[in-house]
Formats: sequence, C-alpha cells, structure tokens
Amino acid sequence: MAKRIETVGLSCFYSGVKAVENVSITIEPKSVTAFIGPSGCGKSTFLRALNRMHEVVPRARIEGKVLLDDEDIYGQGIDAAAVRRTIGMVFQKPNPFPTMSIYDNVAAGLKLNGLRKKADLDVAVERSLRGANLWDEVKDRLGKPGMGLSGGQQQRLCIARAIAVEPQVLLMDEPCSALDPISTLAIEDLITELKDRYTIVIVTHNMQQAARVSDTTAFFTLRGPGEPGVLIEVDATQRIFTNPSERRTEDYITGRFG
Amino acid sequence: MSTVETTLDTTSLRAGRSGRRGDVVFRGLSLGAGVFVFVLLGAIAVFLVIKAIPALNADKSSFWTTQNWTASSGDAMFGIAAILFGTVLTSLLALVMAVPVGLGVSLYITEYAPQRISRLLGYLTDMLAAVPSVVYGLWALLFLLHHMAGISEFLVRYFGWIPLFSNPDGFPLVYSKSIFAASVILAVMTLPIIAAISREVLRQVDPAQKEAALALGATRWEMVRTAVLPPSRPGIISAVMLGLGRALGETIAVAFVIGNRTLISSHILLPGGATIASNIANLFGEADEIGRSALIASGLVLFLLTLAVNLIARYIILRSGTEERSAV
Amino acid sequence: MSSLQATDLRQRGIRQASLPPWAIAATTVGAIFLTLLLFAVTGFAGQADFVVVAAVLIVVAIGAASWVVEGRRRAIDRIATNAALGALVLTLLPLGFVITYVVKKGAPAFSLGFLTHEATAGPLAAGGGIAPAILGTLEQVAIASAFAVPLALLVAIYITEYGGNKFATSVRFLIDVMTGIPSIVAGLFVLAFWITALRQPLSGFAGAMALAIIELPIVVRTSEEMIRLVPNELREASYALGIPKWKTVVRVVLPVASTGLTTGVMLAVARAIGETAPVLLVVGFNNYTNLNPFGGNQASLPGYIFQFARSSSNFDVQRAWAAALALILLVVVLYVAARLLTRRNQLAGR
Repeated sequence: MAKRIETVGLSCFYSGVKAVENVSITIEPKSVTAFIGPSGCGKSTFLRALNRMHEVVPRARIEGKVLLDDEDIYGQGIDAAAVRRTIGMVFQKPNPFPTMSIYDNVAAGLKLNGLRKKADLDVAVERSLRGANLWDEVKDRLGKPGMGLSGGQQQRLCIARAIAVEPQVLLMDEPCSALDPISTLAIEDLITELKDRYTIVIVTHNMQQAARVSDTTAFFTLRGPGEPGVLIEVDATQRIFTNPSERRTEDYITGRFG
Repeated sequence: MSTVETTLDTTSLRAGRSGRRGDVVFRGLSLGAGVFVFVLLGAIAVFLVIKAIPALNADKSSFWTTQNWTASSGDAMFGIAAILFGTVLTSLLALVMAVPVGLGVSLYITEYAPQRISRLLGYLTDMLAAVPSVVYGLWALLFLLHHMAGISEFLVRYFGWIPLFSNPDGFPLVYSKSIFAASVILAVMTLPIIAAISREVLRQVDPAQKEAALALGATRWEMVRTAVLPPSRPGIISAVMLGLGRALGETIAVAFVIGNRTLISSHILLPGGATIASNIANLFGEADEIGRSALIASGLVLFLLTLAVNLIARYIILRSGTEERSAV
Repeated sequence: MSSLQATDLRQRGIRQASLPPWAIAATTVGAIFLTLLLFAVTGFAGQADFVVVAAVLIVVAIGAASWVVEGRRRAIDRIATNAALGALVLTLLPLGFVITYVVKKGAPAFSLGFLTHEATAGPLAAGGGIAPAILGTLEQVAIASAFAVPLALLVAIYITEYGGNKFATSVRFLIDVMTGIPSIVAGLFVLAFWITALRQPLSGFAGAMALAIIELPIVVRTSEEMIRLVPNELREASYALGIPKWKTVVRVVLPVASTGLTTGVMLAVARAIGETAPVLLVVGFNNYTNLNPFGGNQASLPGYIFQFARSSSNFDVQRAWAAALALILLVVVLYVAARLLTRRNQLAGR
C-alpha cells in the first residue's frame, strides 16, 4: 500500500547556493528510514525536498528527480498540494493551529480535501487520534484548544493531523527534539506502529533514536567546510551502527567528529 | 559603541551623590511627562464640555434628535442627529470599500508578492497615508467628483431598486457632492491605515503554522484561510476599528466633497449630507460666540465617539496580546 | 483496523490537469472581447468603467475556466490570487492618480518665484507666491516640535526605563488612544482653551499647540520602540561602572537610539505639516508674511490650499494646485529621509 520514494541525483539550492548535492537514494515502503548527520549537513533540506516543501522558501529550487512509485513529483502536470497530501510531514516543533480545537486540528486537512459530513469527520478524527495513540487522552476534551496539550501530546496531535489525510509517506523532521524523554519514547513507539501502514522517513540528531526506531539509516555530511551536504552511505541500521563501510560514518557514529 | 567609551571617561567616584540627585530629578521629569499625558486628555474633555455648555443652554430644540443646524446668538436651533448620521454612514460606507481592499493588499504583500518587491509595495501603500488630507480634498473636489458621475449613473440605473442608490426625481448626478463621494475619498484615506496595520499583523503569523497547512496539501488560499487569517483576526478587527476612528474624524477632504446639508437622507448619491467634522470646517468661518460653542459641542460628541472606537480597538489588541506597530 | 479505509483520499493520485499559459491568455482575450460586446450593446460607457468591467470579467473567466479544467480548489485559489492582485492595483491607482494629477496641475504655476514671493497677485492674475505660507507652516511645525519632541522623549523614557508598573502601562495605553484623536478635535481643544477661555487671538502659536498634540503620540510610539531596541547589555555595562541611571539614559541609550528617534520626529513632522483642520480653527488665514507667532493670523501651506481650492478664479485654483505640489514635495522629502535613516539604523532589524 505505502509507496516507495526514490531520488535521482537530487540537489537543493537556496537562492543560488547549493545546500545538498547529488543525492540518489531509495526509501523502501513500510519501513523506517533515518537520516543522521551533523547539523547543517542538509538532511532537513533534503527531507523537505521529498514532498516539495523546500520550494515554499522564496528562491529555493532543486535539480534532479524525486520518484514516488516511478512518478516524478516534480514532473509536468503534478500538483504540489496533492504531493504534500500524499507525502505528509511532521515538524521539529509541534505546530498545532493555535485558534483551533483538538478536533478541528485533526479535521483541518480533511475539510480542505472535501470531507464535509459531520459523521464522516467524526469517524476519521477518532481513527487518526487512535492512530497517533492520543485518543484515550483527549477523547473527553475534543473541543478544547490544541495548544492546551503538553508538548508531547501536541506533537502526537500533529501526527494525527498528518495521518488524517491518509498519506502514503510520512516525513518527520526531528520530531522529538523539543520533547522530554517520556514523550520521546511515546513518539518512538508510535513510529514503530505506524510503519505497518506508511513509509516513514525521520531526520534525527539522536543516534540512539535512529538505532532504536529505524530499519535503514542514511548518513549525510558536508563534503567539506563551506561545501554542500552529501549522502555518504545508506545501509541497514544494524550494519551502519556496527560495521559501516565508510570511515567518515564510523567517525561520526563513534563520536570522533560532529 | 563609542558612546560607551566616552561615558567611561566621565565616571568618577563623585558620581555618587550628584548622580543620585540626578536620578531623582530625571525620574521626576519623566514621571511628570507621563502625568501630563493624563492631564492633557482630561483637559481636552473638560474644556470641550465647558465651552459646549453655553450653546447647549441656548439650544431651543433637542440636541440629540434635531437634524437642523442653526446656531447663532440670535437663533439657536441645532441638533447632532443629521451630522452624526452622516459621520457614521460615510465612515461605514468607507469601511465597506476599504476593508476588503486593504486586507487584500496586505495579503498580497505578505503572502503573494515576491520578496524583492514586497518591501517596495509596502512603502508605496504607506505613501498613501503620507498625502495630506487637504491634498486629497483638492484632488477629490477637482478630479474625483467629475469622474464619479459614470459610476453614480451606473449604480442608479442597475441598483436603483436599493433605496441607498435610488434617485426618485431623476436628479442630474454630474458633479454631485454627496455622501457617496465623501465615502469614496474616506475609503482611499483609511485604506493605508488598514493595510499597514493588518500587514504587520499578518507578518507575525508563525511560519510553522503556514507550513503545517501546506504540508496537509492546502493550496495557497487554503493556507491563508486555515493558518493565516484565524490567528490574525483580533489584529485585523482592531486595524478596521483604527481605520474607522480615522474616518470618523477626517475633516478637510470630506468638507470639500460632501453636500453640506444637515438632513438625514438615505440617498447617498444625491447632493447632500454632512459630517460632524465637515460641518465644523464649513460653518466655523461665519460662526459667532454661540455658533462656535455649538460646533464645540458637536466636536465633543466626535471626540467621545472616536475615543470609544479607539478604546475598543486597543482593548482588542491588548486582550489578544498581539502587539503590532501602526505606521501612522 | 479495517475501518481505516473510510476515505478515498489514499486512492487519489498526484496528477492534476492544469491550465496552460495559452489557455489563460485566450481566456483573458475572450473576456476583453466580451466586455467590448457588452459596451456596444448595453448602456455601459467610459474608459474607467471599461477597465473595471474587463478586469472583473477576466478574473471571473479565468476562475471559471480553472473550475472546469482544474477543479474547485485550484479555481478558488486562482480567484483569490487575482483578487489580492486586484486589491493591490486598487490601492496603487489612487496614489498614482493623486500624484500625477497634482504634478500635472501644479507644475504650470510652480516655480522658484512661486516659492519665494509674497502672495501679491489678486484672483484675476497669475503670479504671486507662497513664501508667507511656507514660512508660517515651518514656524508652526518648529514650535510644535519644540514642545512635543522633548515631552514625547520623556514620556517614552518613562514608559521604557521606569515602566513596568500599572501607571506606565496606562500612560502607554492613553498614548495609543491619543493617536486616534482627530486633528479637528485637537484644534477645537485649543480653540476652547486658548482662544475662547483665555481670550487670545488666532495665531501661529495656537496652531502649534494643536499640532504638538498631534505630534506627541507619534513621537512617543516610535521613540519607545527605538529605545526598547537598545540592547540591555549596554545599560548593564554602564550601571556596572557605577554610572547613574539618568546619565546612562542620556549618554548611552539615547545616542544609540538617535537615528530611530530622528525617524520618529520626521514622521511626526510630515504628518503635522499637512494638517489643515487645526489651522482652519485657530490660526486663520493671511496672505502676507507674519513671523510673529503671537501676532494674529498667520499664513500656512494647508491653509493656503484650503482657502484657494474652492475659489471661482482659475488663477487661484492653479495656485492651490501648485501649493499642493509644494506640500507633497515637502512631505515626500521628509518621508524618504525618514526611510533612508531607518535603513541606516542598525538597531531596527526590519
């Protein structure tokens, strides 16, 4: 069901400056792929290029291809909005809509996509909140503002909001970096559950987290000081953390740099 | 940074006592300035009341319900009804025109325009606020009035069935000084205020909210509707209120293009109408002691009206906690 | 988990038919033809009307075409984008009209002589000048600023440096409310207080007081903002050296904020310089130079324009336009200078 993403020679630019260079990678469906690497190495930028969020920044552009089950998402006749619905995203800081209730936050994307009937929305909202392991905590206060939740709950609300529109792929940009250890654990458990239905890509600073939740790990780093970020290697997580084939990966994993 | 160094030289141990006395004096001065603001606003209210009383005593008709304005020592029959009606009507009509445009232009500048030109466009809309009202008046009188005949005829022909736009006696509308003409020029003048403030409000929306909407597959407009407008609502409402406050008190431009008849009429296209401010500007020259006092009485009503509108606007801002700077 | 398939969203693809540029161009041309047809058949007339009707039809036509080809959501998005662009045009149009019209009408009578001569010519002849009006306005604004600026600075310092209490908050609130007081009310206050209660004649000084009331809140607000931008480290460094607070404010805070403070004063002056209502009430009119601020009626630029705009003499009206041009130039120079200063100001990030 979930779809495969494949990039072919993907480079990302911010107003003419190359931030990511020539990345080719295949992300398998129904698995968790983690992007690790030192900060500023372009892994978040690369992630945002996977669902066309990169181009939201003024004067940002890409070169190369991103294939979603063999369909180029940057190709002609492709709707960026539809791409983003199909490839959902969860951000670093929990960002529920501040003026909306918990219910409306989850329903927001469904309403945009033409779901109007109250009964349908009720079903979808419950399903999404259950999917994000949040239902039991909020079922009695669905009408309360989403901002009233704790940080970890807010982030799960954002995950519920993202999966409500039934994406194929879920991109997560350091989803736990603003959370405490217990909330982080809750999100990690959730990620493991979600991979049955979605292709998941997670950017993380936390190598233990990558080791815990991911099946595949990709290591990014700068080619050199002041140069764009590049993909060094991608392999089964087990292998990356025990026996990487690249020296630079090993240095990073063992804490010798970055 | 050099200022810090120069201050270093002046430090010496004797800064102690004289410094403390200086602090007391300086604190007192600035506190006094703050107190003065209170006194000034109080004085404005008090003096307007005191000087309005002679005319209100001399008034032989009811101040609140009379439409006519005849105010002199010999004959005092005046009331606020018609000019208050004209003030509120012109301002509301101005808002009907200015709010959608002002909001639209600030959305365009913050959400649609390429970064490079959005700054320039911001300056240009602010420029609209820089043109003095007497210049707007001159322009409205000698340009706008001529060019509005077509629109007026159009409204009468196709929308004459709405009482607001009707012209039952087939009055020629060329060069007609009317409530409508005043509303149009007021719309032009309040537009930059609404645009400037709502632009600041829209700019403060957290980009993370906008990205959240886009990531759900929203089109640009849907992003504006779900992530930009809802949190901006209090700020936009107060922008509208501040624009309203400005429109209510605008004097010269309105005085130039309004018909100057103190009569309540719903026919906004026909010659006629007056606002509190335009009435003051147009009658002040010939007013005697009682006449001036009567105009001051009307000014007091205007003061209270704008005060109320501004208080509401500021209250909304305070309560919502959105802090924005108005360019005007 | 079988109920998970409640919506068909997952089945939707990412392909989307979209209007090619040629279709949009064709729709635009079609809409213009339709407008032409409309103007030929019905009672519509006039160039301005044509532009308006055509613009509305173009937006509607593109929206309709998009609705058919691209679907409802994209169509609404296109209409919203075009409407926002339309709002921009509607905003810039009056600005363009006012500026070009004032320049066009004012230029013939505008000359160096016009700026430097007394208003000697009568309504039946060209010539004469606005020197008395320029001098009067500059004097009134200068006196007003001499009152308003120091006072406003003190208020701003009180709010920022001694603030934090309830009183300071309410002073700030009142200042915000004061920005909304119409200039004619300021004029009426001076009329009531200075002219009828204290029985003083109309004068430039009376006008200056009204203008000071208008300037005060503007200067307070901009100064407050600029003073807040001064980094706290500077203050702390100064206190750490034992420098008293007032010296810190005067010698450290104000100099650092000075560019921004100047900007605020310029904006206030630009606003005051064009204020007509107070002039009308408490300064009166005068065609001759009167430099004594207490010596009765004084000429002023806005007063001059107000006085001659409604004259039946073409010469007078032309002089009003030329004076309007002079006034606009003055205001524009002040605004541009203020903007340039802001740009140079390292403190103001935006």
